Amino acid sequence: MRPNAPAARVILSLLPALPTALAVVGTLLLFSLFLLVQGQPALDAIGLIFEGAFGSSFAWQSTLLRAAPLMLTALCVALPAQVGLIVIGGEGALALGGMCAAIVPQILPHGTPWLVATPLMAVAGMLAGGVWIGAVGALRQWRGVNETISSLLMSYIAIALFKHLVEGPLRDPASLNKPSTYPVPDAMMVGSIPGLDTHWGLFWGVMACLAAWVFVKFSTKGFAMRVVGGSHRAARLVGLPVNLLALTACILGGAAAGLAGMFEVAAVQGSANASLLAGYGYAGILVAFAARQNPLAIIACALMIGGIEASGSLLQRRLDLPDATTLVLQGLLFANLLAWEALGGRIAAWRVKLQAVAQTDLPVQLEQTHA
Amino acid sequence: MPDMHSPIAILLLSLFAGAIRVSTPYLFVSLGECLTEKGGRVNLGLEGILVSGAMSGYAGAFLTGSPWAGVLIAGIAGLLLGCLHGLVCSLPRVSDIAFGIALMLLGTGLAFYLGKPFIEPQAPMLPFIDLGMWTSSPQLHNALHINLLFVIGVALAFVLQWGLRNTRWGMVLRLVGDHAETARAMGYPLTSVRIAATAVGGVFAGIGGAYLSLVYPGSWNEGLSSGQGLMAVALVIFARWQPLRCLWAALLFGAAGALGPALQAIGVTSGYYLYNAAPYVLTLAIMIVNCRPDRTLAGAPGELSLTR
Repeated sequence: MRPNAPAARVILSLLPALPTALAVVGTLLLFSLFLLVQGQPALDAIGLIFEGAFGSSFAWQSTLLRAAPLMLTALCVALPAQVGLIVIGGEGALALGGMCAAIVPQILPHGTPWLVATPLMAVAGMLAGGVWIGAVGALRQWRGVNETISSLLMSYIAIALFKHLVEGPLRDPASLNKPSTYPVPDAMMVGSIPGLDTHWGLFWGVMACLAAWVFVKFSTKGFAMRVVGGSHRAARLVGLPVNLLALTACILGGAAAGLAGMFEVAAVQGSANASLLAGYGYAGILVAFAARQNPLAIIACALMIGGIEASGSLLQRRLDLPDATTLVLQGLLFANLLAWEALGGRIAAWRVKLQAVAQTDLPVQLEQTHA
Repeated sequence: MPDMHSPIAILLLSLFAGAIRVSTPYLFVSLGECLTEKGGRVNLGLEGILVSGAMSGYAGAFLTGSPWAGVLIAGIAGLLLGCLHGLVCSLPRVSDIAFGIALMLLGTGLAFYLGKPFIEPQAPMLPFIDLGMWTSSPQLHNALHINLLFVIGVALAFVLQWGLRNTRWGMVLRLVGDHAETARAMGYPLTSVRIAATAVGGVFAGIGGAYLSLVYPGSWNEGLSSGQGLMAVALVIFARWQPLRCLWAALLFGAAGALGPALQAIGVTSGYYLYNAAPYVLTLAIMIVNCRPDRTLAGAPGELSLTR
């Protein structure tokens, strides 16, 4: 059957989402199979995941609380991906960003207004994350060190540094059971968005994604980055500063992850402690790949992954499934997302066909309106 | 006879013991990764396979009562996950590096999920070989309790080093990894060879995981692996894709991994987390020293996406 022009245009606009949609369907099928083999009620479990993620205002609150840092840590993957680098060290950048943000109130004189202190904490977090991931980019461009491996190693080193400092030199002696830095004064804490039970980190996460999207799609620098991502050699031939662009992308990504750490400290935990290492950096990798490295799509995908993580406790309570259930689901989703990329060649062929249909019918339509 | 009670001697001895004890997972995973990369693919998912191997090995040993059955089951788990990586990466447009990251997540998730009931019970451990009968020092005697898996790993390194150069299989694998077009022109099945190499690499990584849960540290819990699977990828680069050099590199990494506990044994406890990060720092330093931006590394398989 030959689709008509309007239908072709609709299909054309939905085509990029097809692999992701198929991956979600494939994941749910495999996940159901995984549960059915063990005699678990698969349909109930999937229903509970939706209920636990988006079923009530409490579920939404829990989902949004997780989506906020995920948007920022996903940018730590998606921005370097624009220049063709696979960076997976967001967890370390988040930890260091949170720690540096927690140090700021100790240095500032007592009674500094929050209007000065909170932005300074954000800057400290972004600087720490930016330097850490920037180093990964610099090692890649100037030493040829594979960025995927080095970013994960840097992340492990950052986490070791974090634990050493939080449990040693920076420890608040009053934190007995759970080693933490000195708490951030109440006046400097980040509050909730009015009307939502979620902190302002969500707003800034969405803003960061929007800004990244505008930057990547519409700015000259963003375009140059995508040229570098397409082909380093072509970018060098047209005289683009490849190394500098790659470094910038890494620094921006790291800064985003560092900001996520700052909000975890200044809006959720109240100090830097081991609760910061909740795996947001790793889940951010999945979010970025699910969004196919598109900053705008990250907002939706962060909600999806945040929702899956939020539903874990409900699955545990109602069906007595282990807490790793959501981890299995995420793993299946990641594997499916990549496997369905194989459809890319077919999709390109369909796009050409559909474009032909959409365009040949265009003049006909104009004539009709004239008549 | 030197004084076996001075802090330096104790430190060196625990480093030596640690090198042997901690290196085995590094050795198996790096040999697996070496084989996979010789075929021209990278499998970053060996970390996930290592954790799956640790879980299934422990569960297998507990359920059958035989630790060697556990090792076999760990190998089979590794085979399945390795096959998955090999097959999916044979589809067009699927990046082997990205799918490796996915496999890391999937393997770890499956292991944590299925391993929940096995955290409490005690499985039978693999036996030791006592090579230290001659010494009167209990520390040295303890260090010379060597596990059979370590010996098998060492033998495997020698066999692979020989096999890659001197057997038809080894030559085909290297050809496929070095120059796919030539291999295709000569009529070798490119995809099947790569899938086989990834699958066998998975078996090795699974057995490496079984060492973690059945020998040292010798229990199953969710914090068992500290990234050995991933560091092994860097280790292979350091070893320049030579199985025998993988052995020396694994021993070096084992010693670095034993630095934290060794220092603790002589009373240095202040920077525990920092000393534990020694293998990561070592890996990074090695990569910085060895890599060059303008050329691929000597000995790197030509089709490898990792070094381009």
